[in-house]
Amino acid sequence: MSRDVELDHVTMRFGDFTAVNDVSLHIKAGEFFSFLGPSGCGKTTILRMISGFMDPTGGAIRIGGQDMRGIGPNKRPTALIFQNLALFPMMSVADNIAFGLEMRGVDKAARRKRAEELLDLIALPGSGDKRIDELSGGQKQRVAIARALAVEPQVMLLDEPLSALDLKLRQHMRAELRAIQRRTGLTFIYITHDQGEALTMSDRVAVMSRGRIEQVGPSASIYDAPETPFVATFVGENNVFRGKVTAAADGLARVETPAGVLLGRNARGMSVGSDALIFVRPERMRLDPADAGDNRVTRPVAHLDFEGSFANLVLSAPEGSPRPILVQLANDGRLGSLQPGAERTVGFAPADGLVLPAGELAKD
Amino acid sequence: MSELVKRYGLGITTAMVLVTAFWLIVMVVLPALVMVEYSFHTNVPVTKRGGPEDYYTLDNYLSLVRGTDWSTWTFPNDFRVFLRTIWGAALVTLLSLVVCYPVAWYVAKLAKPQRAAMLLLLLVIPFWVNEILRTFAWYIILAYQGPLNAALLGIGILEKPVRWLSGSGGVLIGMVYAFLLFMMFPLINAIETLDMNQVEAAEDLGAPWWQIHRRIVIPHAKPGIAVGCIMVFVLAASSYIVPSLLGSPGTRWFTETIYVWFFEGQNWPRGSAYAFILLGLCVGFIMLMMRIFRVGLADIAK
Repeated sequence: MSRDVELDHVTMRFGDFTAVNDVSLHIKAGEFFSFLGPSGCGKTTILRMISGFMDPTGGAIRIGGQDMRGIGPNKRPTALIFQNLALFPMMSVADNIAFGLEMRGVDKAARRKRAEELLDLIALPGSGDKRIDELSGGQKQRVAIARALAVEPQVMLLDEPLSALDLKLRQHMRAELRAIQRRTGLTFIYITHDQGEALTMSDRVAVMSRGRIEQVGPSASIYDAPETPFVATFVGENNVFRGKVTAAADGLARVETPAGVLLGRNARGMSVGSDALIFVRPERMRLDPADAGDNRVTRPVAHLDFEGSFANLVLSAPEGSPRPILVQLANDGRLGSLQPGAERTVGFAPADGLVLPAGELAKD
Repeated sequence: MSELVKRYGLGITTAMVLVTAFWLIVMVVLPALVMVEYSFHTNVPVTKRGGPEDYYTLDNYLSLVRGTDWSTWTFPNDFRVFLRTIWGAALVTLLSLVVCYPVAWYVAKLAKPQRAAMLLLLLVIPFWVNEILRTFAWYIILAYQGPLNAALLGIGILEKPVRWLSGSGGVLIGMVYAFLLFMMFPLINAIETLDMNQVEAAEDLGAPWWQIHRRIVIPHAKPGIAVGCIMVFVLAASSYIVPSLLGSPGTRWFTETIYVWFFEGQNWPRGSAYAFILLGLCVGFIMLMMRIFRVGLADIAK
């Protein structure tokens, strides 16, 4: 059975430092929910509060409608998978998996049986008597998941458990985690600073910065419709132009920037005169655009990063911006014409530009 | 060896090896061999050395248990002292472990670094004082009219003073104190290396605090516990100062028996034999600990 998790104006202060600042969220039962943010944004603190290792200094955490304040980690219906997995090296694989059952007073034969079932589930049948240090990285990962599943938690908490694996294995484990979540129907709360992980696995993602939630939504909306400059620059790449709104009509806003006057979607309904940032994804930028109207910038080519099926064209930063312009180009066989130093014009359709109120950007 | 030659040159390496070999052979091995030889001789006056009454025998070793009657549970005097020494040293070891474990856990894992350093300093400073002086201090503290009785009477825990020094209590307390650090440091070192995520993982999986210690911390600290127990047992079994200062006639230690055979009985062969029996006991205890805690010499050396 799985439960929902509710964060109700949760705040966590350590002395003068506010690690988590007035976070309210409702994570639905059976949902795969991720907290995404740079290190130090408070996501791990949220996980530790949900698991019961600390209580918030303000607000409440409810699991299945029940207030969890004062209930220790060993009494909560949650199971936490640690970043370094924290398997018990002095116990066998089976004893690791059955540890939670042992603590609940389940007899030895039943523990053994349950451990074997879980070993089947994680595709490691017959490995119960192995020592932990005989397992590979991916196998340890799966044992940690089995150990957490053994206590039949209603909410699974995962603290960047894939970060120690190499790229291939990580991608494989993403699919496996998602499959286990679907099969068990449990609520998964996943912490990561890796946007790829968050976007591919999650039903919904919360992007965090400085202890606050910047935006909550499905992966596609986080990427396609960022609501703050931080989300726009933290999740995926984005070109940024800084300026002032000079006109706003029909859902579009005209922004005067040092690089020229640019037109984009006025998603937040900004009024004339306000400070604005206009964001364009590199894959929405066009070389020598036909449909861009006035949304054109001409700059010298800095370099071209060839990636195979596509290439990243880098133009030197426009006036008034520290960031170079990135353009993602499909490999059409004519990339060789883009020599460094040559002036090129790039642009974007107004529908591909996003105008947001000026604010803090994510660090590169 | 070739590594040493490469680093220090042939001359210095040879000198170092020779000095070490001299130390080991002349200062440790040879005297021990002389004692071994002694222990198999009959005890005869110097004038009869090499005569017909001076022959090799196991008698010095066997005399420890001669006269034992297991059916009535009666033991000769020396053997009774020997058994009591084993029991006493084991009790000291167990008490040290019980006293040190919570402190080591606190210092290694719970205390903030600065406080932990402070606590370690407080533990070490008293040991800058000579062992005899520290033992004398306990002699004063535990005296019938001493401060411990006065304090306990004062706060009403005792109704009449206790003779701490007339039973085994004084010896046990004195030894636990004297060898405290030999248990404390191996324990702290061992516990320090435990990944606290494992403790939290166990807690998250439903373990109460005592199960966390039983299943996670103690198994991890096993090499430290083994080293601490070996140190304290060996030091306690071969301690002379503490039992002679804090003991009473009823609580003679085996070391005192050995002393008596050597210097009061003038029976060096018997004294040597008993000394080797004590050595054997200590070696046996070390092997037992290694077996119980399933640790090898390499683990202990760490």
